[in-house]
Amino acid sequence: MVLCALSIFAIVALIASELVTGSKLTWTKFGFDFFYKAFVDPDTKQLNYWDPVNGQFSALPFLYGTLISSFLALLMAVPLAIGVAVFLTEMCPRWLRGPLAFVTELLAAIPSVIYGLWAVFVLVPLMREHVNPLLIHMLGWTGLFSDDNPTGLGFLTSAVILAIMILPIISSLTREVMTAVPHSQREAVLALGATRWEMIRMGVLRNARIGIVGGIILGLGRALGETMAVTMVIGNSTDIQHSLLANGNTMASVIANQYAEASNDLHLSALTEIGLALFIVTIIVNALAQVLVWAVTRGAPAQAR
Amino acid sequence: MGGNTRSAGAGEITRDRRTGLGGSRVRSGNKLRSKIRSLIDGAATGMAVLSTVLVVAPLVIIFVYLIYRGASSVNLDFFTQIPKPEGEAGGGMANAILGSAILLGVASAIGVPIGIGGGIFLAEFGRGTKLANAVRFTADVLNGVPSIVMGVAIYGLIVKTHSPFLPFSGHFSAFSGGAALGIMMIPTVCRTTEEMLRMVPHAVREAALALGVSNWRSVLSITVKTASPGIITGCMLAFARVAGETAPLLFTALGNAFWSSSLDRPIAALPLQIYIYALSPYDDQHRLAWAGALVLIVLIVLAVSLVRYVTSRGVLKGAS
Repeated sequence: MVLCALSIFAIVALIASELVTGSKLTWTKFGFDFFYKAFVDPDTKQLNYWDPVNGQFSALPFLYGTLISSFLALLMAVPLAIGVAVFLTEMCPRWLRGPLAFVTELLAAIPSVIYGLWAVFVLVPLMREHVNPLLIHMLGWTGLFSDDNPTGLGFLTSAVILAIMILPIISSLTREVMTAVPHSQREAVLALGATRWEMIRMGVLRNARIGIVGGIILGLGRALGETMAVTMVIGNSTDIQHSLLANGNTMASVIANQYAEASNDLHLSALTEIGLALFIVTIIVNALAQVLVWAVTRGAPAQAR
Repeated sequence: MGGNTRSAGAGEITRDRRTGLGGSRVRSGNKLRSKIRSLIDGAATGMAVLSTVLVVAPLVIIFVYLIYRGASSVNLDFFTQIPKPEGEAGGGMANAILGSAILLGVASAIGVPIGIGGGIFLAEFGRGTKLANAVRFTADVLNGVPSIVMGVAIYGLIVKTHSPFLPFSGHFSAFSGGAALGIMMIPTVCRTTEEMLRMVPHAVREAALALGVSNWRSVLSITVKTASPGIITGCMLAFARVAGETAPLLFTALGNAFWSSSLDRPIAALPLQIYIYALSPYDDQHRLAWAGALVLIVLIVLAVSLVRYVTSRGVLKGAS
């Protein structure tokens, strides 16, 4: 039994050591430059980031893509998730609570590839025909929505599908920490003459905020590493473009796209190093989230300050 | 908490107290404020309901669309035929179903025993120790490691290395895919097993120990046995989760257009095939992808519902 438990440590160590040995080649060649430097293409004399043929690699576009798509996804998912959690814990009639919780649970269990399939055939045409033209028309002047990508793929589409995928995680954790807030807190605020919303805001959300942040960070961890659905709709480009409707790539999607067909050892090593970076980032993010959630649901309920 | 807790009653109190001090101006100001407050209250309620609708809507849309597209494509051929060459009508995913079954068999053989063992340690032998807390924390963190990273690690560990000690190493193989999925099952199985064991009432343990049974015996034949329906469904949940995993298979199991049941060769898998077909330009392959997705989702919904059913009754009531 102890051995089985210890195997968890062994797995983490094994993954780490495999990723480190696998990325040695790029690490010795590029060092830290790998994560923030572009290089000048010898043929076109332009900035380039990813050139398997000439053996030049930089992870910058993928870091950018991961950050942009995850950030947009959080922007869409967090308010909705908190709204759902508030509804389920504070307002929902009892008979509806069970089925709704089940539905959000189910949303978490659908495989990534099925979200991707749905996105390719439903979401992408929707974005292409309706949402993107509208955004370009109304917000084109900001420069964030340029109309040079007619495919409907891109950062925004993948952010929408990511938001749908991380919603259940954030909302179920938020729900958990909200139920952990003691009833006396709610009653105290109500006794002072608060409306229901004021009670939720002051008595519940404020006491649960650390746990909610934990849930959001956990959702961020999922968004950073989400692979298949994003790979299918992000458009796979290795450039950095500032438009949110442009094609791009995330760290996970570039690995999924190129790993099996890597042209040489250096290419493989560069992809492995991206994997290593993803591993380290997700470990940090998840550990942080775990600590925050535990701080609320474990020991004493959060102190009102 | 129930009932209507709008501001009316509460507003009355403040107003009464204030009227003694101020004049009619304060009174009307308070009236306005309480009106605004109840308005904000209503708006917040509306937002919460709206967001719930917005969250449930995509699920309903996805399901309806999936059933609509999938049901029209599932037929006997789907379960008995292997894929036809590209562009040709018909064909099925029989080889992918077999492949998924083999991959999941390997995964369960690796993930279930180790996961249950770890779970028993966490809940019974190591309860409250520093080691158990560290293991629990690491398992939760490992649960959040992206599956694609697991694929990269297994690629380095099994696919790329030629080691005489590792079976099936040195090339893409069904075994490497199964191993990747199995490792992903361990933290999930471990944590659900622990939660289920914690649900077993202490009285059951004490009864066993009072009869003079040794600790390990009581754990194995009393506690674990009591929790076994929960543990089994927990395993099914982990099983359903990895059944839909695609990313770790991309460069371990690789996929295969033909029949293969050998652990030593690349093998097809249902989610992998869905991925490939979704991005293909042929309508027939799109049809197969939808059918495959429907089969996969039915499997998963069954597992999730079963878990809910088991944990909502009997001794294990309240878990999960």
